[in-house]
Amino acid sequence: MNKNNLAIIIPAYNEAGRIATSIAGIRKFGNADVVIVNDGSDDDTAGEAKAAGARVIELPFNLGYGAALQTGFKYALDKGYEFAVQMDADGQHDPLSMEALISPVLRDEIDVVIGSRFLDKGNYKAPFVRRMGMYFFGIIASLFTGRRITDPTSGFQALNKKVMEFYASDAYPADYPDADVIIMLYRQGFRFKEVPVIMHNAAKRSMHGGILKPLYYIFKMMLSIFVTLLRKE
Amino acid sequence: MTVQQKIFALTIGAGLFLVIIELVRRRKLAEEYSFIWLLTGFGIIVLILWYDLLEWLTHLIGAKTPTTTLFIFGFVFLLLLNLYLSIKITKLASQVKDLAQKLAISEKADRR
Repeated sequence: MNKNNLAIIIPAYNEAGRIATSIAGIRKFGNADVVIVNDGSDDDTAGEAKAAGARVIELPFNLGYGAALQTGFKYALDKGYEFAVQMDADGQHDPLSMEALISPVLRDEIDVVIGSRFLDKGNYKAPFVRRMGMYFFGIIASLFTGRRITDPTSGFQALNKKVMEFYASDAYPADYPDADVIIMLYRQGFRFKEVPVIMHNAAKRSMHGGILKPLYYIFKMMLSIFVTLLRKE
Repeated sequence: MTVQQKIFALTIGAGLFLVIIELVRRRKLAEEYSFIWLLTGFGIIVLILWYDLLEWLTHLIGAKTPTTTLFIFGFVFLLLLNLYLSIKITKLASQVKDLAQKLAISEKADRR
């Protein structure tokens, strides 16, 4: 994993206190460049990431997960990286799984590898609503791509330049990439597959809390999948 | 409500729905902003097809005819939407200001 054409892209929002540990964890498995996209954090996420030796891109204000991640892809493309691994800042994604994720991409067998916490029996326990959402959209993604998708929300992925270019386009959602992106990948003709990865329970996940937010998320994802299918691409 | 009124309102509701979906498909409208519009189109259709609900609402707000109720709700909706968009514009203006300042400062740093 000592690649200088590989960028590890991590969007981070208010991850002070954890980000340094996450970066150190990644460093143990090679010296690829770690790119932290600080998504307008209120705390010292950027400072801690710099101190831990990462390259830090600072967004002037909070743009949301998808847009922050996309910033990382645009940066990586601009700097000429050939491959990227995207992961979360909170230590949920275990760097131990990185090798399994990136290998098929480096060998040019696959364009994008998606890390699934459900393919193997992992120790990951999501809250009920979130689990139902993942399950439901996993089924929808499986239906439209003709293969089994178990973890459509996974933010632990390895990809090559072609997919980076696609993720850098307007088609990529600014909020939460999900089953809609997997269906887009399929319709664009990219080679993709899931591999089992280790994910830990994160201390905080505000993504789908409350009642209105999950409802809005379900609506948004249904609409997004629906219009994705209507587009001729 | 006369049959003509119903047909007219249904056409508006269904037409709105289709236009919004098409705009989202062409990426002219973000999913985020389509929500409120789709809900409106849906609301119109429901109120026309479920006439008892419209009559109940009419009685509730003390209006004389169901068409008035539709008008009032349409007006209130537009009012709220304008307020929502004003809030969004305020936020966007502040973000543009931050961006411009950040850009200006970093350009100055470059030239030194």
